[in-house]
Amino acid sequence: MKRVGLAVILVYAASFGVLAQEARPMAEDPELEKRLMKLSQELRCLVCQNETLADSQAGLAVDLRREIREQMKAGKSDQEIIAFLTQRYGEFVLYRPPLKPATYLLWFGPFLLLLVGLAVLYRYVKQRRGLISDQPLSADERRRAQELLRSKPGKEVT
Amino acid sequence: MTRYVIPLGIFVVLVAFLAIGLGRDPRKVPSPLVDKPAPDFRLTQLHDPSRTFSAAEMRGKVWLLNVWASWCVSCREEHPLFLQLARSGEVPIYGLNYKDRREDALRWLQQFRDPYILSVADTEGRVGIDYGVYAVPETFLIDRDGFIRFKHIGPVTPAVMTDTILPLVRELSR
Repeated sequence: MKRVGLAVILVYAASFGVLAQEARPMAEDPELEKRLMKLSQELRCLVCQNETLADSQAGLAVDLRREIREQMKAGKSDQEIIAFLTQRYGEFVLYRPPLKPATYLLWFGPFLLLLVGLAVLYRYVKQRRGLISDQPLSADERRRAQELLRSKPGKEVT
Repeated sequence: MTRYVIPLGIFVVLVAFLAIGLGRDPRKVPSPLVDKPAPDFRLTQLHDPSRTFSAAEMRGKVWLLNVWASWCVSCREEHPLFLQLARSGEVPIYGLNYKDRREDALRWLQQFRDPYILSVADTEGRVGIDYGVYAVPETFLIDRDGFIRFKHIGPVTPAVMTDTILPLVRELSR
């Protein structure tokens, strides 16, 4: 129990350290930091490609956040900053790629697949409907069915 | 017959997609800077901080800009190729010493020898950002008009050197 308590305290202390580190720049200009976080969450870090620029601790991400922060201070709009980054790193940095002929397949591909799936399903169901016919049992079949139902469980009827 | 052909067809397409997709290096992002003017910079020289060097000074020349750092392990991999290229004198190589400490960089050059006409110090990595650098080493081939004609991300391999860079240098120098 004592050990658990110690662990809790340690984890708490560790997270506190992280918070303290993150909080430093916030004090400078919280509005700007908020804007920076919002924008950099839309941007991909090129070093660790599955992380956003906001989350990444890679050296390049830190530099790019500094660059964005400076540009924001200089009064640049988000669009201008995004243009600055795509000019250098390409549209790959955007988590939300722009809609243009080259990305139509990316945006509409899933819907295309859905349509293809629906068409296949429609054809399949239609085909099956043709196969199923309403055929009542013949007198002989009915008699056999009743025999089967009457037979004791576990006993094989042939 | 179609019962077997259709799944087989889908399977073949899927395998083809996976073969292409998995065979590619996801770290290699096509640079939007190729065939665009090389961003200009003016930085202090590594060996002589009292002097600067600007990309604009290279107008009229075909040259290589190699981004390197002493902390970059794979830079050592490509280094012999640049030493060899420097000896052949086919194309001048300039170094962009990226986010490094001067003493470390100088020691590195002393240890592995220096293929560069000169290196400039991009201590804060700002020129690196202008060149879209994200994985050192990177190598840019810049033509007489100051346009980037080729960019290689990661260490240059002998194959890239002989099959791509050198033929392109010869073509651009013509």
